[in-house]
Amino acid sequence: MKKKNNELPVIPKKSFWVRLHEEKYLQVMALLGIVWMLIFNYIPMYGILIAFKKNFYITTPLFSKKFFTTPWAPNGGFQHFINFFKDEEFFNVMANTLGISILKLIFNFTLPIVFALLLNEVRNIRFKKAVQTITYMPHFLSWVVLGGILTTWLGEGGLFNDILVNKLKIMDEGIPFLAYPKYFWAITVISDLWKELGWSAIIYLAAISGIDQEMYEAAKVDGASRWKQIWTITLPSIAPTVTIMFILAVGGLLNTNFDQILVLNNPLNAPRSNVLDIYVYQTAMRGMRYSYASAIGLFKSVVAFILLFIANQVTKKLNDTSLF
Amino acid sequence: MAHSKLNRITTGDIIIGALMVLLCFMALYPVWYTVIISFNDANDALRGGIYLFPRKFSLQSYKTVFQDNTIIRAFMITVLRTVIGTVTSVFFTAMVGYAFSKKHIMGNKIYTIIGTITMFFGGGLIPYFITLKNLGLYDNFLVYIIPSLFNFYNMIIFMSFFRGLPAGLEESAKLDGANDMLIFIKIILPLSMPVIATIALFNGVGHWNDYFAGVMYINKSELQPIQTYLYRVVASASASKAVVAMPAGISAQQVSSQSVRLATMVVTTFPIMCVYPFLQKYFVKGMLIGSIKG
Repeated sequence: MKKKNNELPVIPKKSFWVRLHEEKYLQVMALLGIVWMLIFNYIPMYGILIAFKKNFYITTPLFSKKFFTTPWAPNGGFQHFINFFKDEEFFNVMANTLGISILKLIFNFTLPIVFALLLNEVRNIRFKKAVQTITYMPHFLSWVVLGGILTTWLGEGGLFNDILVNKLKIMDEGIPFLAYPKYFWAITVISDLWKELGWSAIIYLAAISGIDQEMYEAAKVDGASRWKQIWTITLPSIAPTVTIMFILAVGGLLNTNFDQILVLNNPLNAPRSNVLDIYVYQTAMRGMRYSYASAIGLFKSVVAFILLFIANQVTKKLNDTSLF
Repeated sequence: MAHSKLNRITTGDIIIGALMVLLCFMALYPVWYTVIISFNDANDALRGGIYLFPRKFSLQSYKTVFQDNTIIRAFMITVLRTVIGTVTSVFFTAMVGYAFSKKHIMGNKIYTIIGTITMFFGGGLIPYFITLKNLGLYDNFLVYIIPSLFNFYNMIIFMSFFRGLPAGLEESAKLDGANDMLIFIKIILPLSMPVIATIALFNGVGHWNDYFAGVMYINKSELQPIQTYLYRVVASASASKAVVAMPAGISAQQVSSQSVRLATMVVTTFPIMCVYPFLQKYFVKGMLIGSIKG
């Protein structure tokens, strides 16, 4: 991830002021970026303190005497974390978050790899390009638009029910799918797959195109079937890419695509759609419990970091590929 | 593999080909369906049974959309934030990237550390929200621009691109007395069009499709972008269908008919659908450098 800066050969010593004068434009350019980061990255990090405060009100400025004198939460500041673990929603929220994420890891992580492998077997270049262009398209739709399509299709009189009831005659009357918790995970996973299948395959297609063609020629001479070529040449060659993507996916297990779920969730499907991000959003923005919501957010970042670290270590041991 | 002898078409080829056609159909159909319903008479569409072409062609939904001042206003906000946001963000991020690409400047190491930390840690949604509120960005158009002015990942992409440029160009300009800012604008930027195009496109699509900033940081309806407007319409539609109390903030909004909603979606998505097939290679390139660096 990070490259070591190779120091340039020693420059004859110049005083601080001379260098500052020479570099003044570059320094201003760099410092503008630093100031931006201090404001938009570091002040929020400092703002995590509210997770340990007893009661934070939105009207309290972060750098005011009132903020400094706001009392800490009981139990050494960890009361909000304890409350969250004891909350009756805790188990439910974690189950929904991990349930959706693990389903996405099983299907939405692996199927783009399969798609890339299959697309690579298409020998007509024009057809291949057309398939790529078309399957990338859903990625460029916003989740709001896709959510609009889904609510239209899955509603009682929507296309889905129309087909199930009138064409296939499987059901007697339509079901408003988004109003039932039991369908929510499937809707989330499938719609995400629909949107990102083609796009997620790009990185694997790039890795495949980097494979030395002579290996295939040699395999053909040996009489290896196409299936065998995929299994013994293509897959091992893209394994490092797959590993890196896997580490990142595990690191993001607690991220259940907020954009998507905020569009699709509603009070009726809440028992299965209430994931960590939604819970944080709602306890803060509707419940006004800012300290409590920040504590949950911090809990989430810490767990995400640990997951990333574990996945990194495990894959390092298993096949020598790692992110850091 | 492209031409090894006269290729026979095998059963495998046919199965794969058919699967690919099916996937393309699945990718296109939901969008096509949205388009045909939006061009169909609204009341007629509610009877269902329209699958491939409009049954009773009508432009009424589009007339409604283009006469709705809220929609037009929201559309203008989206255009404004996309143009201003993309231009400022690309310029600012490239500028910082140029300074960071100079390994010899004082404080370079500290600057890099400050930036790298932001890749692994953040404040989270609520502290971020409070920060923006403290800065007076709540209910302010600038909330679309300033917080997305800079992006560390994009900065790294710019930085490594600039490091790959030949140094001789800058030196001759320096001898002519040009300062670093002038060199950056007059010499470096014109040479960097491919990487600028790639990052500008990602930025632009991000701005165009973002609805969350409008939900989270904007309360005034005249400042909401089209995606946020649509989000509220979709949410109110699904809520009213589910016969539950409407979420806060949308009760005042009229629950528009399905066809108008779909027409708004088509209008919103149309610009991107027109642009992306032609700029696809830039997107793909961006996706690849993004994932390798990130």
